[in-house]
Amino acid sequence: MKNKIIVPNEKQISKRILKNKFAKGIFFAATLFGMVVLATLIIRILTQGIGYLNIDFLTNYASRRPEDAGIKAAIMGTIWVMSITIPVSLILGVSTSIYLEEYAPKNKFTRFIELNLANLAGVPSVVFGLLGLTMFVRFFQMGRSILAGGFTMALLILPVIVVASKEAIRSIPQEQYEAAYAMGATKWQIIRTVVIPAATPGILTGAILSLSRGVGETASLLMIGAMTFIAYVPDSVLDGFTVLPIQIFNWASRPQAEFQSVAAAGSIVLLLILIIMNSLAILIRNKYSKRY
Amino acid sequence: MEWNKIAKLTTTLGVTLVLAACGNEATNGDTNEAEGETTNSLSGSVQVDGSSTVFPIMEAVAEEFSMEYPEAQATIGVSGTGGGMEKFIAGETDISNASRPMKEEEATMLEEAGIESTEFRIALDGLSVVVHPSNDWVDYLTVEELKSIWLEESDVETWADVRSEWPEEKIELFSPGTDSGTYDYFDEVILDGEQIDREASLSEDDNILVQGVMGSENGLAYFGYAYYAENEGNVKIVPIENGEGEVVTPSSETVQDGSYEPLSRPLFFYVNNESIKDDTVYEFTKYTLEMAGDMATEVGYVALEDSIYTESLETLENLRE
Repeated sequence: MKNKIIVPNEKQISKRILKNKFAKGIFFAATLFGMVVLATLIIRILTQGIGYLNIDFLTNYASRRPEDAGIKAAIMGTIWVMSITIPVSLILGVSTSIYLEEYAPKNKFTRFIELNLANLAGVPSVVFGLLGLTMFVRFFQMGRSILAGGFTMALLILPVIVVASKEAIRSIPQEQYEAAYAMGATKWQIIRTVVIPAATPGILTGAILSLSRGVGETASLLMIGAMTFIAYVPDSVLDGFTVLPIQIFNWASRPQAEFQSVAAAGSIVLLLILIIMNSLAILIRNKYSKRY
Repeated sequence: MEWNKIAKLTTTLGVTLVLAACGNEATNGDTNEAEGETTNSLSGSVQVDGSSTVFPIMEAVAEEFSMEYPEAQATIGVSGTGGGMEKFIAGETDISNASRPMKEEEATMLEEAGIESTEFRIALDGLSVVVHPSNDWVDYLTVEELKSIWLEESDVETWADVRSEWPEEKIELFSPGTDSGTYDYFDEVILDGEQIDREASLSEDDNILVQGVMGSENGLAYFGYAYYAENEGNVKIVPIENGEGEVVTPSSETVQDGSYEPLSRPLFFYVNNESIKDDTVYEFTKYTLEMAGDMATEVGYVALEDSIYTESLETLENLRE
């Protein structure tokens, strides 16, 4: 008997190659679109703002004169607020997701809570601002402070962190659990030695996305009463504060054209801070993802 | 890993930058303190919030104030006139900026909260009505014409509907957003509380309105005088007929002497009488009234007549006793 090999005819092959090229073209165009927009934005703010970007800009307070205007209070405010938001949101977010994934009974009630968490991620930030104003500023008497701002921001990004962490935990292979159970490990031991290390890269990806959103957040902080002009560096979490996006927005809405350039310089600083934060997270993520 | 290297590099770079900035800051702080000893020592805090229109003036005042009294902490928020009032009523602020007088219900709530306050005028602002620079037909507009153009309920769509000799081109409208005090004021004096033309483009950022008119030959917009002053070559101002039938162009003079009406408005700030007992708040208020005229002019508004500031200072002294 002869071996029969099925050879597709030439026409079929060229059709498939064409389809492949077409798909590649679409995906490339999609990527290109994003890249071009991003490059335009970056080039624009760089050319507009670079002239105002110097040490004085980083060490001066806001001023009515564009050439004296600086961003010190806003940088410090952003750092202070983030230093509250990051630990609070990570601790609460990761704990919630561990409870929901590992401990909570898989019933309708849990499903209901999970559904609501996903919905919360889409609630406009002003609503979180209102919540923060009623709860932290007024009820808990924190005033218009860094503490209230940090907690409000933590609430704002919490849903995203929880959803991302849950996904990360869910994607851990079942065999790893089984191996650990076979060794006689308790649930807490498994969480400590298997779940958390294996889920860290995924958790951090969620954290990067949500914290980046937090750094650029204005509406909710204005709602709880973040300042716009402040001429001192906060020295406790109970002091008033301003953050970079509020300062940038204020400059951008001024009538004087020079302030538009100052706003661009501020945007460069904000971008740099974002890159630094994300780099840190990527470093930590790579450290863990090598192990699994 | 390549990505890892880049990440490491940016992190180190970033941390160095931040540290450098912090180092610099420490020396700055020292010199400030040294100056402080030779001038005045006032170490309390004053909380200001409210209108974004008044903000540039207050910011300028606070900037000067914190140079004079480096130990004092003056902070200014921008919650808008209404949002600022709410915080003022809750007793969270000492001073509230407003681009309109306090509303009756706000005054009632303030009374219920047991807070007594004093109104001070800080400066004047003229709303400027502008068109595209190539628009050579609009010589002036009356209040009635403005109203007919801006109302949803009127049948004015083109310039020819306003005056028959004008071109039959559709007017494109640009207005400040409904949250702004500027819109509130226009609503009060021109629209009479009726619905604004639904086709008008609204923006909270007045710069967008300037750009809108610059890009549209049949554009018509109104916004704060400072935005016109900064864009004099890019847009054309429309003189407005006032109540006495005179056609007036907004300028520092016509806004100050009151002939540019009804589109010029006073800007206010309210001080909590109880807070005035505090030295820092008192000094800050006094400082504001002394500096307001100059600062207002510098940031693009119009100063009140000197006598008004002098009277206000007397009022403040009386409150202090």
